[in-house]
Amino acid sequence: MSPEDRWLDQDAGPVVRPYTVTRGRTRTRGDALDLIAVLEATGVPPRARLRLDPEHRMLLTLCRRPVAFADIASEVDLPVGVVRVLVDDLRDENLIRVLKPTPTGDAPDELVLRKLLHGLRAL
Amino acid sequence: MDYAHSDTAVGGGPRAGGRPITAKILIAGGFGVGKTTMVGAISEIRPLRTEEVLTDRSIGVDDVAGVDGKTTTTVAMDFGRITLDDELVLYLFGTPGQQRFWFMWDELAHGAVGAVVLADVRRLADCFPAVDYFEDRGTPFVVAVNCFQGAERKRAEDVRIALDLEEGVPLVMCDVRQRSSARQVLITMVEHVLSSVSPAG
Repeated sequence: MSPEDRWLDQDAGPVVRPYTVTRGRTRTRGDALDLIAVLEATGVPPRARLRLDPEHRMLLTLCRRPVAFADIASEVDLPVGVVRVLVDDLRDENLIRVLKPTPTGDAPDELVLRKLLHGLRAL
Repeated sequence: MDYAHSDTAVGGGPRAGGRPITAKILIAGGFGVGKTTMVGAISEIRPLRTEEVLTDRSIGVDDVAGVDGKTTTTVAMDFGRITLDDELVLYLFGTPGQQRFWFMWDELAHGAVGAVVLADVRRLADCFPAVDYFEDRGTPFVVAVNCFQGAERKRAEDVRIALDLEEGVPLVMCDVRQRSSARQVLITMVEHVLSSVSPAG
């Protein structure tokens, strides 16, 4: 094997297959969480017997303040699909809530658009 | 990063319990047209990857014949955030232009303010799929012609004809390496959407 053929570090691919964290689960509940949905920890203590993985705990910590789903996915450096499954686990346990529900498909309302315009012009 | 003791909001966004309003704009266009450059010029660019399960729509395009069970593909997305004020954050998502990634576009376009279709005059055809996609979907969009240094200059009207753009779709010339130019593209995008929801404004 020539040195060029050797895979080093990231080139060798992830050490753990991404969906190992979710124990192979790839599907989420029906309402796929939008990337800009805002999440927040509910502050409810986890059930005594609940087994939370380190990734779950990391997400809970990141959600202590309202934060967009895309931001936490970026922060934990796991693929979006994986984080979506983990967030759903936490939602099922009432540990995280979605402050801004998945958009209905409509563009933001006029007030938001005006704020956007104002903000962009001020950049 | 020590998550357990992190006292700052993720990514330096709104803090102190504020509930941010979030909005998103898609940056589309062919490979190498400048999507990453544009996101980087105007926003705080952040890593975001998706590991997507290939759907029926992508199977048949990717050669996964004979592969049993679920197959995933890794897609790196251009992802940027612009914190406009304490309660408003704009997210930019640049998505791969190839047709096999359109399952991602559906999700991203949902609830988006609109889209910027970046075009390169040397390869105008590369942005046809994006123009078609947003027209079909009814997502408001603007076409931004990225004029690279030394690139052949074309008249906006010629590009409009070449793309067979519907009347009313804004077309702007830009240099997305420049922050001010990238910003102007986004402003044009938002103005375009505003004019449709509030014609008088």
